Amino acid sequence: MKINIDGLLVLFPYDYIYPEQYSYMVELKRSLDAKGHCVLEMPSGTGKTVSLLSLIVAYLKTSPKDVCKLIYCSRTVPEIEKVLEELRKLMEYYEKETGEPPNLIGLALSSRKNLCIHPEASTLQYGKEVDSQCHQMTASFVRTRHEQDPDVPVCDFYERFDALGRETLLPPGVYNLDDMKDVGREKGYCPYFMARYAITYANIVVYSYHYLLDPKIADLVSKELAMNSVVVFDEAHNIDNVCIDSMSVTINRRMLDRCQANVETLTRTVQRLKDTDQQRLRQEYSRLVEGLREANVARETDVVLSNPVLPDEVLQEAVPGNIRTAEHFVGFVKRFLEYLKARLRIQHVVQETPASFLKDLKEKVCLDRKPLRFCSERLNSLIRTLEIADLTDFSPLILLANFATLVSTYMKGFTLIMEPFDDRTPTISNPILNFSCMDASIAIKPVFDRFQSVVITSGTLSPLDMYPKILDFRPVNMASFTMTLARPCICPMIVGRGNDQVTMTSKFESREDVAIIRNYGNLLVDMSAVVPDGIVAFFTSYSYMESTVAAWYEQGIIENVQRNKLLFIETQSAAETSVALQKYQEACENGRGAILLSVARGKVSEGIDFEHHLGRAVVMFGIPYVYTQSRILKARLEYLREQFQIRENDFLTFDAMRHAAQCVGRVLRGKTDYGVMVFADKRFARSDKRGKLPKWIQEYLSDGMCNLTTDEAVQVSKKFLRQMAQPFRREDQLGLSLLTLDQLQTEDMKKRAQQTAHQAFMT
Amino acid sequence: MSRSEDVLLMVSHVRHKKVEGTLFLMGERLAWSANSAGERLGVSHNYADIRSQKISPEGKAKIQLQLVLHTGDTCNFHFNNPEGNPEQLKDRDAVKELLQQLLPRFKSQVNKELEEKNRLLQEDPQLFQLYKDLVVSGVITAEEFWTNRAQTKQTNAAKGSQDIGVSASFLADIRPQSDGCNGIKYNLTADIIASIFKTYPAVKKTHAENVPHNLSEKEFWTRFFQSHYFHRDRINHGKDLFSDCAKNDEKDLHQIIQDKVKDSFLDLESLDETSFIKDEGYGNKSSDTSTAPKHSVNQAIIRRFNYHSTMVLEACRNKRSSEEDILSLGLGSSGDNSNSSSVLSHSLGPPSKKARLRDAISYEDLGESSSSSAPPLSLTGADRYLQGPSAIQQGEYTTSQDIHRATQHIKQEIGGYQADLTNVLPSSLAASVTAELSPGGVLMQTGMQQSLKELIPKDLQDELQSLYAALAELLRHFWQCFPVTTPALEEKVVRMKETLRRFQTTKMSPFQDKLRSQHLPTNLTDHLAEMISNAERKFATWSKKRGGRP
Repeated sequence: MKINIDGLLVLFPYDYIYPEQYSYMVELKRSLDAKGHCVLEMPSGTGKTVSLLSLIVAYLKTSPKDVCKLIYCSRTVPEIEKVLEELRKLMEYYEKETGEPPNLIGLALSSRKNLCIHPEASTLQYGKEVDSQCHQMTASFVRTRHEQDPDVPVCDFYERFDALGRETLLPPGVYNLDDMKDVGREKGYCPYFMARYAITYANIVVYSYHYLLDPKIADLVSKELAMNSVVVFDEAHNIDNVCIDSMSVTINRRMLDRCQANVETLTRTVQRLKDTDQQRLRQEYSRLVEGLREANVARETDVVLSNPVLPDEVLQEAVPGNIRTAEHFVGFVKRFLEYLKARLRIQHVVQETPASFLKDLKEKVCLDRKPLRFCSERLNSLIRTLEIADLTDFSPLILLANFATLVSTYMKGFTLIMEPFDDRTPTISNPILNFSCMDASIAIKPVFDRFQSVVITSGTLSPLDMYPKILDFRPVNMASFTMTLARPCICPMIVGRGNDQVTMTSKFESREDVAIIRNYGNLLVDMSAVVPDGIVAFFTSYSYMESTVAAWYEQGIIENVQRNKLLFIETQSAAETSVALQKYQEACENGRGAILLSVARGKVSEGIDFEHHLGRAVVMFGIPYVYTQSRILKARLEYLREQFQIRENDFLTFDAMRHAAQCVGRVLRGKTDYGVMVFADKRFARSDKRGKLPKWIQEYLSDGMCNLTTDEAVQVSKKFLRQMAQPFRREDQLGLSLLTLDQLQTEDMKKRAQQTAHQAFMT
Repeated sequence: MSRSEDVLLMVSHVRHKKVEGTLFLMGERLAWSANSAGERLGVSHNYADIRSQKISPEGKAKIQLQLVLHTGDTCNFHFNNPEGNPEQLKDRDAVKELLQQLLPRFKSQVNKELEEKNRLLQEDPQLFQLYKDLVVSGVITAEEFWTNRAQTKQTNAAKGSQDIGVSASFLADIRPQSDGCNGIKYNLTADIIASIFKTYPAVKKTHAENVPHNLSEKEFWTRFFQSHYFHRDRINHGKDLFSDCAKNDEKDLHQIIQDKVKDSFLDLESLDETSFIKDEGYGNKSSDTSTAPKHSVNQAIIRRFNYHSTMVLEACRNKRSSEEDILSLGLGSSGDNSNSSSVLSHSLGPPSKKARLRDAISYEDLGESSSSSAPPLSLTGADRYLQGPSAIQQGEYTTSQDIHRATQHIKQEIGGYQADLTNVLPSSLAASVTAELSPGGVLMQTGMQQSLKELIPKDLQDELQSLYAALAELLRHFWQCFPVTTPALEEKVVRMKETLRRFQTTKMSPFQDKLRSQHLPTNLTDHLAEMISNAERKFATWSKKRGGRP
């Protein structure tokens, strides 16, 4: 249908529309008009992506001067592919309506592993291996060598792309990962480099968060994107963690040992080169003297991980004299390494700021801050000069160099924590150095500064005002949309007591209590008897899940569960879990029904949807607080309190509740879907927790459902499921939660849509 | 030489009927040849024919092995190794062991077929009657009779025996009961044992290897319940019977994991493309992972639960796969099912991936209402629906032009049709005529027919019915030969023609005579005769056509 959104003609590829989609587009349009950032929360399964794409594509087409590009960041590869598919659908609709395909290019960029078509490299199992193999065939010195000696293998696809590929642009259209590969095969170009090049001129780019947030990659990939682009972070509820992770470094003893080996290799190689080819080293030296950055053209393929963001003025400077020659630099690194080793021989926990670390470094081994800052850049240059093709072996040293650069660059927002052992296993010596970023805004700041509009959106962003605080930006618009439903298709409830009236909670002090574990078990058994098909249950952590399952086995609860359904359990190994997940789906499909025990913050809770019969009920055992004894977390909490005036408890609860909401939201993937949501912990009923649940869940969580016993919960679910299993037709929805164009255009409806949006804004 | 003739074991110095010779165990049969007879085999039995083997009790001077055949015959072998008793014993045991492994394999195979036939005949009295009429009286051979039934039999089997899955909690359901004096008792039923075997092939293998010669059945299960294998929370220490099983399971599990999930929507490893960076030390180590010691008991339990559920799921699937083959033909395209059977999802290539993506993004309530898909039609013999029975060809062909013209003509006729209302009877007259013609009317009085049922005695009715059945069967055979494409079919047609004629003389004529003798209308058999004459006509045209061909 064609909709008029605030004066903009939007083509929407469906005949019907949800009211909240309309409101969403209205709000989005406002933010784009204001050229500012916004935070929008809309329940999952209400067609967020298609609304976003429809509006922004319409914007791109009507006013290309204001917005020239859409950068859509998603989290997982399947998500990325889904976005592209939605885009394709939209484009097809444009073609149908206007008679000609829109002159836009949309494409996905992913790692080499997902794009490589080289007959050998593409068969490798891990992304790292593919990257390394690719590098061995495409690095500039390998290619020069190939010119002299044709036996040196190079990648034909890259050669051809390099020779011809840059002149011709991709024809307009939508290119998913597989399409890129097809084009690559057809023309003989390397799809990965073709995609990397194409994002500079494509109108819509879909890729992973890391390409924009991780300074190691962003510098390489996303440098030349135009300022007046719109950046969308979908599923952004976890964005602060992504930011923090991208700036943090963890170094343990093993890593240092491997660094040692790397340094030795470097020394040997330098020595050999000195004997055979002094010329090359001298060239490098003179280049560094001149302070010339190497031309980006050749670098494209050489660098796997570029340096972390450095302030521009540093980049203009020349590399300091004392690390200019290869030998000096290797010696410099060696000293730094020895220093770290010595520091890790500690017996007690040390926490310090980067400044005091640098001071100590200066005093103990006389290393200055300035050369440290150039460490990663200098190492890259050396690796290039030495023509080392296999970069995977050098990853520990590159990590070390990155750490050196980071620690000498950022004085604020970071902390160093050295722990001699893990708190839970104090007898085993396992020294670890954590260089931890505490401020999520550091990594995302360049994005907010550079791009005209940044849209942060997800199904669970409540409370909305938290995100601007922790990411340190000023949104022009914030809105949360509820889900209009013709029937109550979610049934949230808080189960606070077992049948024996013992309080259910995962509180740390009482989680070992046998009665509580049994009550949790009985809840699962009873639910498995009344809920058809799939049930997903989430625990707060792996260790908690393991001990609980073992206790259940002893108590005979597992047997009772197995009598009703098959049981699958997430483990810490991703491969094992994938198999379990597949079997779980199979069991749901063939009608046996299954239960999946999983972990909040685990991989399943983040990336897998359980739509329709794959998840008819979800049980949240306890509140998924993060492990609060961690020093990194404590440091971060302290920082948040001092910098952003966020109380510790507020943040912890916020973090726990967003994960709980994520887990629970996995079962509802659309308005025709339905599911029971059981929060099994008394503490959920407290207003500070309950109030932090997303609006669309809160709405259906009545006061009467806030402290049920297991029996009551089972009765409620039974009734709910029976009711929901009745046929649900379009007519039931129409006019309420589903609108035709005519209905949308009625004054009344418009007013209502505006009002809901406005309300959302006020809250 | 085919594999089935490979000699698996050869034992010399074996006497049969007091003659020295060599015993061979081959792929599919057992053979013995006398030393003097050269290449000729003196005794040869297919394993399938052997019912059981018996051995001479220990301590007896003669080391012997006896084979009991299905026919009831026996066959004795005397092991007579000159090197003495122990060697003889060794020879015998070698043969025994091998036979023990081989026999069960063949046993089930043969008898199943016979049993199946028997069952069919018993279940279906009509078929039994037919069998008596046709086979026992020698109209057609038994083989012919069954070849045509084979198809129906198979589909019956597929439908009839739906496999019962394994309950997920079958292990838990074996409740130990204390027997009052410091011991516990487990109750095992055949069902439970079957479930255990189905779910854990490794246990089945151990069972086959050890029972009965190493352990008695009872001892085996006692050990099973004592093993860590059954009690999953016990860590494996020391050797017991089932440590191999556990190892095998572990290997299986690894294999499953190695095979990887091909479905990119579920493969957690490839979900997040940069997750590998974490291993290298970037990012904060999440506090929960990597803390617990690697192989704790709890983790072992969890892995075993996953494995158990997987195996339970697997156990029901193996049997079903043949059924699924039929189903998947019809369902393959419906998308929803493509992820149900892993057979399909394993081969998930780009095209179906695209379909799944499409599926994942479509909102069923936003789009146009799509027509609900009807349940798919599953045809076992699709060609029967695609080709109707061919009409009896009289040699007169109508060309398509003729047909066209005829339809044109009819169209014109109908187009120009006008009811000739003036010549129609007045309604009152018509009503009275109808009344007269209805039962009770003037014209119907004499025509009150006795129904055939009352007229003809019961035994004749039955006989007629069986005649119909037999003829139908014969005609089915006959018509099935068309179109005649192979010499074998040709031969069969001729034979069937003969059979039909014989049927007419041996069955129909006596019946007709009987009817006549009881003064009953003989036109009862008219329809039968007509069917036969139809067939004969077809045969005549066919042979005429064939005659025309060189």
